[in-house]
This record gives sequence, C-alpha cells and structure tokens, in this order.
Amino acid sequence: MPPTIQAGTPSFDPSLPWALHPQVSLRPEAFGALAYHFGTRRLSFLKSPTLLAVVSSLATQPTGRAACTAAGVGSDELATYERALAALAESGMICERSAP
Amino acid sequence: MTLVTPERPTTLRLVDQFQLGLDAPICLTWELTYACNLACVHCLSSSGRRDPGELSTTECKQLIDEFERMQIFYVNIGGGEPTIRADFWELVDYATDHHVGVKFSTNGSRITPEVAERLASSDYVDVQISLDGATAEVNDAVRGPGSYDTAIRAMERMAAAGFVGFKLSVVVTRQNATQLDAFLALANRYRAQLRLTRLRPSGRGADVWDELHPTADQQRGLYEWLLAHGEKVLTGDSFFHLAGYGEALPGLNLCGAGRVVCLVDPVGDVYACPFAIHDEFLAGNVRSPGGFDRVWKSSDLFAELRRPDTGGACRSCGMYDGCRGGCMAAKFFTGLPLDGPDPECVLGNGKALLAAAADTVPPRPSLDHSRRAPAGPVAVALTPRRPDRICDEHPLAGPDAGHPPR
Repeated sequence: MPPTIQAGTPSFDPSLPWALHPQVSLRPEAFGALAYHFGTRRLSFLKSPTLLAVVSSLATQPTGRAACTAAGVGSDELATYERALAALAESGMICERSAP
Repeated sequence: MTLVTPERPTTLRLVDQFQLGLDAPICLTWELTYACNLACVHCLSSSGRRDPGELSTTECKQLIDEFERMQIFYVNIGGGEPTIRADFWELVDYATDHHVGVKFSTNGSRITPEVAERLASSDYVDVQISLDGATAEVNDAVRGPGSYDTAIRAMERMAAAGFVGFKLSVVVTRQNATQLDAFLALANRYRAQLRLTRLRPSGRGADVWDELHPTADQQRGLYEWLLAHGEKVLTGDSFFHLAGYGEALPGLNLCGAGRVVCLVDPVGDVYACPFAIHDEFLAGNVRSPGGFDRVWKSSDLFAELRRPDTGGACRSCGMYDGCRGGCMAAKFFTGLPLDGPDPECVLGNGKALLAAAADTVPPRPSLDHSRRAPAGPVAVALTPRRPDRICDEHPLAGPDAGHPPR
C-alpha cells in the first residue's frame, strides 16, 4: 500500500540538489517519458525529451538549475523548466537530496 | 495522472501522440485464468471454466521478465478469478520482485485475514474488489447469491489489516446507477477508493446489455456525478464517451486499444483491449517467436489501430474531439460500424443506428468459458437466482479431482 506523502511539500528551490524519488521509474518515449511512482501509484507524462534529460541528470548535478543548464535549457526557457520540476516535486516524483 | 509539460507549443497533442502508439503499453490487463467461482451475468470474458491451454507458471514468469524488459510499470491482473490459480501468490511475488507492480481484481472470496495482512504489508500490490450493487439484492442479481456478503467481508478484512486505499470496483448498470452515493459511502467506510467503470456488451455482457446498460437519463446523472467528484473517484478512463455532454472527465479521454492498453488472456492471446475478446481484435500470441514485445510493436492489427483516426460518420459532429466516437468494443458487439457513433452516444446518434440494426445479429465473442449450467437465457430480473451447483465452487478441480462435494 502507498506510503503517506507529506502534506504541504515545500516549494521547489532550483538552487538545491534534487534527485528522482527512489520509487520512481522513468520510461523514455518519443514524446519524452512516462514516470511512474510505485509508492503513490501516480503516473506522469514528461512531455519533452529535454525535460527527460533534465530529470535524468538531477542526481548527478549540483542543483536543479544546473541540471536544466546541462541539458541545454537556455536562459529564456529556464523558468518554464523550473515550473515543470516544481510540479514534479509537488507530486513526489522528485525529491531533495541531502548533499550536492 | 499528471501532465508535466514545459509550457510551449509542441507539434502534437499528447492524445495524438498516444494515438500513434507507445513503445510499450501504459496499462496492460492480464487475465490469468478463465476459471471463476462466480458466474456474473455480464462477465466481459465469459469466464467460468479453466482453459486447458492456459500459460504455465514458467510461461507466466517469462512473460513477467518481458514486461520488466519493456518497463511496463504495472499490470492489472484479472480473470476469471485470478486468485484461484494455485501459483497466484508466487506470480504476484515474482512480478513485484521484478519491478512490475500488480493490481489485481477479485470477487473477494480468497481474501482471508492472513491474505489481507500480507497485502497490507506490500508496497507494490494493489487490490480491486468487485461489487455491482450497494445492496445485496442489486449485487447478487448480477454476480450471484452470496457474492455481496463475500465482497463486504473481504473489504472488512482489508480495512482491519490496515490496507488504506484499495479499490472498490463497480460496473455501472441500470440497476445500480441510483446507488452511486451509497457506493461512495461503502468505499469510505472501509477506507477504499471507489472505481466506477462502464458496462460493455462484451462476453456474456452481450446477452444482458439491453437490460443492464444505463438509461440516457442515468448516463446524464452519472456524468454530472463524476464531474462533481473529480479525481477522487476512479473510472479507468472508461466513460470518455460522456465527454459528448461538453466537459471532459478527468483522464486521457481516448480509446487506448492497441495504442496504450491491451489484454493478454489466459492462453497468451493478445487482444486490443479487455473488452474485445474476438478474433477481429486478436493481435497475436505471447508464445509466438518474438513474444509479447513483437506482438505489441509489430502486429498488423495494432499498426492499423495506431493510424490517425478519421472520425468516419462522426467526423462532422462538433463533439468528436471530446468523445472520439466512443468505445470500439461497445460498437462492435452491438453490431454498429466501428467508424460511427457509440451505441450510448450522448447525442442519441447510436440509438437510431441500433434500431436500424435490430434485425442483424451482432458478432458473438470468439471464446466462451462459461460453465455449462442452466440452459436458456440468464435471468437478470432482480430476484434471487437459484443457488449454483455444488461443483461450481471449484471450477479448477471438480469433485472427481479431489474436492469432495459438500
């Protein structure tokens, strides 16, 4: 059965280190990827290959913003991608990691 | 489910991308056995007796390996009554050990307190308990005598074991469409989540569809009820034809057959969807060279289903973008053309076609594993049915196979 997700998740801070939640699997698709959380049984669609690249590199990049930049997100699109990451954080698909 | 999308124009809407098919299904139904200890009048797979050609334990495990390779996140296991298989728990454990989550549907007859405890302790198993009436009278007329009490007892055990959020799964019929609030109250009582799905004229459902499918007024009421309850009530995306009323219900709102969903039946046949067990929708078999992966990726039928939809007779209808012509299986088994309106089209376009097709015989399911019980039409009237035969209790092993008659 699904573990309870903490209510009132703090807002997404792109200057912190992030990672995919350990119970989440990603499956690349032509449009981007499917993300499935085995704990909450929620399915999300990452609707761009770039967003998939961002999410995949979160764990190896020092911050959320660095993951965006490393995936080739330009400064004009940064806010858009950070909003997408915020949505993923809110649904528990990605979570803060303790140290960079 | 959630859409996470950078807000910028993309070349294709997600629904159109899904129409073209995915590398693997999002949602796969796997019916483990045609054996069932019940004989519901509307059974979509005409289940009852085990098929001698059902996949062996080893074959099932090989299939799970393949699901893992294809990154199919979870499978919806059904039947028949899947828990009847002697290797059921072994297969559930094997799947979850191989990163394939399991949600299984059951009539509750095998949910002992010990089983409930075991289920409550697993992160990767979800359970759907079927109930088609919020009262024993309404439920048992469809699912058989005693089946209401069986399901309620199973829910009590799940709640007692602390399993929060299992599913109470209801097929909406003319007889229970007035009980939606009562179903929700039942679900809440056992800390379950209500799941409502659409009655299809599939399997034995074809024989009773005329008497059981909701009236037009009930459909409207259901639509408004679903809109009012939002994502709290699950629907398995099965009411997308109701989008013709105006606002779309939560979900993908498309027919996923062969595009994002499919069915693997107990003998390994792959059909476009669980409601389409007919040669017309048979894409291949998992035992053939290349296995399930090849069927999913290369079958002619699925390639055909993934071509962009033209809309057919519905093309000129302003609602087509919402309902997308409705359910393929519902059309097929009521004898309607696949490129026209759904028999339950909310604008009434299916009704006229149904009347016109009244003299033609709609296609029958290709398979029937119903137990050879009473001859003649099945009674759907809301009166208690006669008790099933003793040997109906154990469809896998009749009295001569070691189960003493009681």
